[in-house]
Amino acid sequence: MKTTVPVIAAFLSGFVMLLAFFFNPETSFLGRLEPEVLSWVTIVGGFTLLLGVVSIIRVNYSSVKRKSSGWGYKLATLVSIFAMAIPAIFPVRWSSLFGTGTGSIYDWLFNYIDSPMMSTMFAMLAFYIASAAFRAFRARNAEATLLLITATLVMLWRVPMGEALLQGIHGNLPNLINTYIMNGANMAVQRGIIIGAALGAAAMSLRIMLGIERTYMGK
Amino acid sequence: MAFSTGSGRLPFIFLILIILIMPVLSFAQADSGDTANSYFRIERINALVAMILFSVVILIYTRWAKAGKDLFIRKINGLDEVEEAVGRATEMGKPVLFVPGLQEIDEIETIAGISILGRVARITARYETPLLVPVRYPMVLAAGQEVVQQAYIEEGKADSYNKDIVRYVAGEQFAFTATVNGFMMRERPATNIYMGAFFAESLLLAETGNAAGSIQIAGTAQPAQLPFFIAACDYTLMGEELYAASAYLSREPLLLGGLKGQDWMKVLIIILILLGIILVSAEVSDWYLSMFESV
Repeated sequence: MKTTVPVIAAFLSGFVMLLAFFFNPETSFLGRLEPEVLSWVTIVGGFTLLLGVVSIIRVNYSSVKRKSSGWGYKLATLVSIFAMAIPAIFPVRWSSLFGTGTGSIYDWLFNYIDSPMMSTMFAMLAFYIASAAFRAFRARNAEATLLLITATLVMLWRVPMGEALLQGIHGNLPNLINTYIMNGANMAVQRGIIIGAALGAAAMSLRIMLGIERTYMGK
Repeated sequence: MAFSTGSGRLPFIFLILIILIMPVLSFAQADSGDTANSYFRIERINALVAMILFSVVILIYTRWAKAGKDLFIRKINGLDEVEEAVGRATEMGKPVLFVPGLQEIDEIETIAGISILGRVARITARYETPLLVPVRYPMVLAAGQEVVQQAYIEEGKADSYNKDIVRYVAGEQFAFTATVNGFMMRERPATNIYMGAFFAESLLLAETGNAAGSIQIAGTAQPAQLPFFIAACDYTLMGEELYAASAYLSREPLLLGGLKGQDWMKVLIIILILLGIILVSAEVSDWYLSMFESV
């Protein structure tokens, strides 16, 4: 029963989505099933949100209680959760500070704390790219040397000063890099990976629909 | 029930439904002549033909695999190293970190990641190695907890299972990344496994893991993130290898049959591409290209 019901649910859900793809939503009920099924996903997702909240509070609270490694960060997480959630759930008619509208506590915390922190994390990516590139571009063997030369050419081509320099060597060099490296070798390899991945995804979907693949249930 | 085995009635019900019902409806629409008000989207018939062909090839190979035919699957180093990497964590007495991507459970990459998590959890349960699985979505949390619990039960280590092995850490992309990076720098896991859909955070995670001295195995079907994982991880599964992982690790003949069917579809696509090159070069390709137009 524990296996049969999910297999049947997976088959029916997948088959409904397949039918919806091939049928006209203007004229056929089957064609209109896709948004219907997707709204069910949203509803189920809404219920599971509670699981997430319970999990995050339980894990962080127990760490704070035991004063385990990094408990201060976990305390900050708990404080942040309640600081964001509590003012947001109170009705706006009590005060303009409640709810999620402009001028609310939630809005202020989002704009002046949450959003800058996200931007900071994203901006740090530049430094991570530099350190990863330093390691990847070391000319240890023929392949790595080829990668180093190609990457240097592409990086030069991408910045205006580098492009001017390449044009100084040969007027058509930036165009050749674009044609042969980016739209040639790079594009061909990417499409190969994409075709392989798409076939893999389709095969896995089919295996799940037909109950052949049940590893996602821990079987 | 017969179809719950995955090799009984269900594949045939599916094939009969697809092969018979849809073309019948498409012909019914063709007779009516009014394509705008038809039930069936005739412009998508090419996708239907491809899907039928694909399904038939996969089911034939699955049948052959069930009948005991020997199927060769090439070696995937990243997957062979999973047990080794967990063994290293056991020897060092440090945890294994598994990240099943940052997408919802309705993404096939996340399902592939969850499937691999089941195999990894069996190994960590066997060796009693601590495992931590941070997730970004509550539905992935529920699926991950189910899979890990099942793995611990099957290894006879139900008592070692802790619900907080799989934990929800944050719904925001970079808040999630910051939490996982913080864990890596504080706990220094011996092994980090990233399997699923990753985006801008891929390099933030992998570089931090590298700095923490962890062995890292990554797998994603996102072409833009592959170079980052290749640069920062010890082993990387590229594209289709991620979807092949569950079959490769389980060595279950039925799943391996699906992989072989997939390979034959790739051969067919290569033939179609070569044929296309010839026809385009000969400038007689209009009819051929129109067959592949998608709507």
